[in-house]
Amino acid sequence: MARLNDDPDQVRGAIEAVRRRRPRLTGDHVTLAHGAGGKASAALTDSIFLDAFRNDHLAPLADGAVLGLTDDTRIAMSTDQFVVSPWRFPGGTVGSLAVHGTVNDLACMGARPRWLAAGFLLQEGFAFTDLREVVDDMQRAAVEAGVTIVTGDTKVVDRDAADGVYITTTGVGVIPAGRRLAADLVQPGDKVIVTGTLADHGMAIMLARGDLHLDADIRSDTAPLNGMVEDLLAAAPAVRWIRDATRGGVGTVVNELVQATGLGVVLAERALPIDRTTAGACDLLGIDPLYVANEGKLVVVVPAEQGRAALDAIRAHRFGADAAVIGEVRAEPASTVVLQTAFGGTRVVDMLVGDPLPRIC
Amino acid sequence: MKFVDEFRDPTAARALVAAIREVADPGRHVKLMEVCGGHTHTIYRHGIEQLLPPGVELVHGPGCPVCVIPMGRVDDAIHLARRPGVVFTSFGDMMRVPGGDGSLLDAKADGADVRMVYSPMDALAIAEREPDREVVFFAVGFETTAPSTAVTLLRARAAGITNFTVFSNHVTIVPPIKAILDSPDLQLDGFLGPGHVSTVVGNRPYEFVPRDYGKPLVTAGFEPLDVLQSVHMLLVQLAEGRCEVENQYTRVVRDEGNPRALAILAEVFTLRPHFEWRGLGFIAQSALRLADDFAAFDAELRFDLPGVRVADPKSCQCGEVLKGVIKPWQCKVFGTACTPETPIGTCMVSSEGACAAYYNFGRLDAQYLVADDVTALPVV
Repeated sequence: MARLNDDPDQVRGAIEAVRRRRPRLTGDHVTLAHGAGGKASAALTDSIFLDAFRNDHLAPLADGAVLGLTDDTRIAMSTDQFVVSPWRFPGGTVGSLAVHGTVNDLACMGARPRWLAAGFLLQEGFAFTDLREVVDDMQRAAVEAGVTIVTGDTKVVDRDAADGVYITTTGVGVIPAGRRLAADLVQPGDKVIVTGTLADHGMAIMLARGDLHLDADIRSDTAPLNGMVEDLLAAAPAVRWIRDATRGGVGTVVNELVQATGLGVVLAERALPIDRTTAGACDLLGIDPLYVANEGKLVVVVPAEQGRAALDAIRAHRFGADAAVIGEVRAEPASTVVLQTAFGGTRVVDMLVGDPLPRIC
Repeated sequence: MKFVDEFRDPTAARALVAAIREVADPGRHVKLMEVCGGHTHTIYRHGIEQLLPPGVELVHGPGCPVCVIPMGRVDDAIHLARRPGVVFTSFGDMMRVPGGDGSLLDAKADGADVRMVYSPMDALAIAEREPDREVVFFAVGFETTAPSTAVTLLRARAAGITNFTVFSNHVTIVPPIKAILDSPDLQLDGFLGPGHVSTVVGNRPYEFVPRDYGKPLVTAGFEPLDVLQSVHMLLVQLAEGRCEVENQYTRVVRDEGNPRALAILAEVFTLRPHFEWRGLGFIAQSALRLADDFAAFDAELRFDLPGVRVADPKSCQCGEVLKGVIKPWQCKVFGTACTPETPIGTCMVSSEGACAAYYNFGRLDAQYLVADDVTALPVV
């Protein structure tokens, strides 16, 4: 037998050192993993895009950029592409999703979203009735979120080059003077809040694809959250940091927080709000709801003394009735998310690798 | 979900943990092997190791169907997937397993038509939908998944479908348990026996474990309370000096198993004389090929396969991990060169592999426990 490790602490140290390394781009072409939001995606962004475009605004690789116009006027700018399949699903369409996704990214930066640009990539053969449905849904979402779609572009590609309709939205919002939300504000003792039930969007999409032959009444949670953020910041102005828990779910977002801060987060499994039907579908498929995408849920970090005010403000909002405190920021274990299992144990919650694949037995 | 919640009740867990502490002999270090990857996953996902007294050690066994597939078979699968005209269908877990040169996912990125399916029936449906393509199903798994492959083959034959074949890598559970018991480098005190496999094969096939090897075995379910209760049952046997096969998973496992499933397996499959297991080497009569009546559906007969045996990378200790001889972290490449993103060994690929479970959930001191309420808000 080859030589063995004998000191678990040393092994943990070596693992953490490897994990802190900048992700390296391996292979010689793009794979689906490069789009899944994990380490492969980070490596691609780092080695190809940041390498070419490097500047101070891009360097943090956030969901958007904060741009100063004058000393007291700052705007936030964010862009996102929407390629969801199927384009129509319980709870929405790619149209409303494209509005909500960009609006929520702007809101998480503390901005009040104002204007959107929309790019449409259409597959040859896509029906006008379907396109009208998507666009009407998009306009309803824009009106509800208080944003205006002010410019756009359309391209049509061959049947083989796309699947239905893809939408890109770019949004601009204004950040009120004095407002700042950032990971470097986060302190040990802060509370972590999630604004509602986990995993509804991802599971709704998986079931809508139909290849699981599973029928369950799960609707996407896609929703505009800029109104909730305003209510929250009015009630709890000391809120440190907000992120929308989209691709990769709450587990990924909280991991990004500990990586950005070097602090630890302890989550309580029993406190995670999950709809019973969604929980059942996740359990059946062997998928951890912590890693499933949401499109209408925020993770909020707030000083403990404003936790109650924050929670009350979120719960009073129409999209926040199921909000809950799910954990706390700690100094230790550094750069790590741990979960108190409902069963009484404690385990690590790591970054997800690749897309969640159902276990086979 | 009430049904599941019952088996994750923290109050019942505390009572069982107390009972385990009471019956565990403090002067004795006990090693219990959980055979199934599903058990390993549950143990780490729910943080069960930290609840056990220090003298009770859980050793992770070989019962992860993804982990035991040798690299040569993965290469054969990739070879099939790259054939023009072939639609290669596989369970998701197998798609990331590295062969000698890349994985099925890599082959897919290169243009091979590899599709993830959730059951062999999905693969058969593709064959019916696309009659001008050859659809191959990558069959893996123990007696748990083999019956669904068998039923699919019966249906394919009845429907007269000619463009559907199965690349069978089905394995059986008893031979590797025996191989582990025969292994000189391992001292075990008892087994948490397979749960779902036993719904098919029953409890009787394990009677040789106490009879010939003097070790108790408790067939165990996969919910966290199942695991704790099974550990307790094993410790009670050891304390009372008993040694027998017991069934904790009575809500689904019958002593005689599922005779109908066994009959279908016997009709569709035949035991191979020997089969290579990753890390365990060749084990006699440990795997299933298609019976001669189903030769027309056997991908190994319809297509030329390289069938080359590929040695595991030298640094990889999956064999030792699968036999429970070493803990995942003891492997020199664990978590550094071998991670879930860039797995060297199969144990790091499947979520049921001991290395992946340990890496994803267990990178903490075994005694690390946060007990206070992290969700409490101060009254302002």
